[in-house]
Amino acid sequence: MGDAVIEAAALTKTFTRAGGVLRRRARTAVTAVDAVSFTVRRGEFVGYLGPNGAGKSTTIKMLTGILAASSGSLTVCGLDPSRRRTALARRIGVVFGQRTTLWWDLPLRDSLTLVRRLYRVEAAAHRTRLAELTALLELEPFLATPVRQLSLGQRMRGDLAAALLHDPELLVLDEPTIGLDVVSKATVREFLARINAERGTTILLTTHDLGDIERLCRRVMIIDHGRLAYDGGLGELRRTVGADRVLVVELDRPAPPIALDGIEAERADGPRQWLRLPPAANAAAVIAALAARYDVRDIALRETGIEDVLASLYRGDRAYGRPAPGGQRSSAE
Amino acid sequence: MADPAGAARMYALLAWTWIRAAAQYPVSLAMLTAGTAVVTGLDVAAIALMFTRAPRIAGFDVAEALFLYGTATLSFGIADLVLGSTERLGEHVRRGTLDAMLVRPVSPLIQVATEEYSPRRVGKLVPAVTVLALALPRLDTTWTPGRVAMVPAMVAAGAFIFGGLWVLAGAVQFVLLESRGATKALTYGGGFLTQYPMSMFARDLVRGVTFVVPLAFVNWQPALYVLDRPDPLGLPGAARFASPAVAALVCAVAAVAWRAGLRHYRSTGS
Ligand SMILES: Nc1ncnc2c1ncn2[C@@H]1O[C@H](COP(=O)(O)OP(=O)(O)OP(=O)(O)O)[C@@H](O)[C@H]1O
Ligand SMILES: [Mg+2]
Repeated sequence: MGDAVIEAAALTKTFTRAGGVLRRRARTAVTAVDAVSFTVRRGEFVGYLGPNGAGKSTTIKMLTGILAASSGSLTVCGLDPSRRRTALARRIGVVFGQRTTLWWDLPLRDSLTLVRRLYRVEAAAHRTRLAELTALLELEPFLATPVRQLSLGQRMRGDLAAALLHDPELLVLDEPTIGLDVVSKATVREFLARINAERGTTILLTTHDLGDIERLCRRVMIIDHGRLAYDGGLGELRRTVGADRVLVVELDRPAPPIALDGIEAERADGPRQWLRLPPAANAAAVIAALAARYDVRDIALRETGIEDVLASLYRGDRAYGRPAPGGQRSSAE
Repeated sequence: MADPAGAARMYALLAWTWIRAAAQYPVSLAMLTAGTAVVTGLDVAAIALMFTRAPRIAGFDVAEALFLYGTATLSFGIADLVLGSTERLGEHVRRGTLDAMLVRPVSPLIQVATEEYSPRRVGKLVPAVTVLALALPRLDTTWTPGRVAMVPAMVAAGAFIFGGLWVLAGAVQFVLLESRGATKALTYGGGFLTQYPMSMFARDLVRGVTFVVPLAFVNWQPALYVLDRPDPLGLPGAARFASPAVAALVCAVAAVAWRAGLRHYRSTGS
């Protein structure tokens, strides 16, 4: 497996919450990451999702060597992160949406120059790279501004530039679009998609933003209560959790619930009724049958959005189904 | 640190960056510098006064006592100059801001130590140097080459011992978040203790700072050699030359503790 950038096997992190030095018995253990195993290959773009407190940030801190794992094995760029943290730092870029890694009092340009020297990037390579990043992230207007005075969106773009100046193999981002407006989000997404496609930079990102997921992540991993609950394509996720299609039927007048070849209306509101289609159902045939038997004024077919899928998964309304290798379920289409 | 030259370069680079950042606020820089100059001037005046008034302390005459004071403050000042801001480590640990330092390819020790580095820190060395300059020519001792060489050696060894203690104090803060007061007692308390002839203190305390926290090796033991005095504790003569070895030991212990501390760093939940 020469092209694995991240290899995690039974990766576990347990935090003990001490009740104070003298109250040893009050200790409790929280397993933030529980035997998580996955592999990320070169060039992949992976979304690492999960509800609040699921263990995403904790995983990222282990990947970057900030936290030592409690057990399990972890290799990032061929290195053990907690033992070879400094060596690893030269090969990866890290961005925390919540917290800057730039120097608060330095103008952005000086921060970036300092990054160059810390990472020992050659001056010529740095110039080209900086020009490129400045253009892509539109940094020019605030290069001379101290980081402390930057707006959140500007700072985020500065952080991204700083994380990529040394041309890392792997970019790890913890909620990079948190708090950004739609335009800044679009800039950041566009940028991430580009460096992944053009430079082949492997990217792992956590986010609660559905736009990020739909726009960027071909593969998603969902962690819940510290356990890896799903790992696969975004499309398969929709299918495996039975991301249903719903027909919204508008009748001429209020009527008793529709019943049609085993499909029943699950909700009615005046003349409007909602029919949930089984995965195997042929929507066209159902619509034709409906039109033949009822006075239908209008029909709309709605796919369940990724938002609904995640919400019901996080709430525990539905079980995560792991996509079988090779995607057996595609025959159901 | 595997590569001392590289570490020193990074230290210089970061310190220089902070100095330039401070230069963005010229007014506050000027005021702080003026403040330091005033405090330093008062220190030097107080010392000059001591030379005229101070009685013998615990069997040591004024020049000898001030030699001890000068070597201790100089060693402490050098360690403070280089590593003093590591006492903020606890703050970074508590707030989780250490995370950002840990993803950079430079030791977080260097990053914390250089934080808000200011050339004013050098000002703290002025009183120490003044005292030594005044005390050395007044010492009533035979200046053999060994004794002459011992003076810079003991200052350097003392600086390493204090430096090791700073790092050790930092390492403790990884685990005990509220230990800033306790660790301050160790570093600043140690700085205070070594300013006086050890024969002033109770024997148990002197034993403690000889064998537990080896502060007696900062300047007391080598000074006994420079001043040609008997040891009140009756330690063998070799103890007077042990400071470099003790310094190496303290630094080794500090390095191990630092690594262990980093391993126990748990970041914050958000
Ligand atoms: N430093 C810490 N000490 C103790 N417990 C922690 C620490 N960091 C995280 N935890 C706990 O570990 C669990 C996972 O936290 P983590 O920050 O990884 O969640 P997350 O998936 O990033 O959540 P969010 O989406 O809210 O950022 C939580 O129960 C949290 O309380
Ligand atoms: Mg998080």
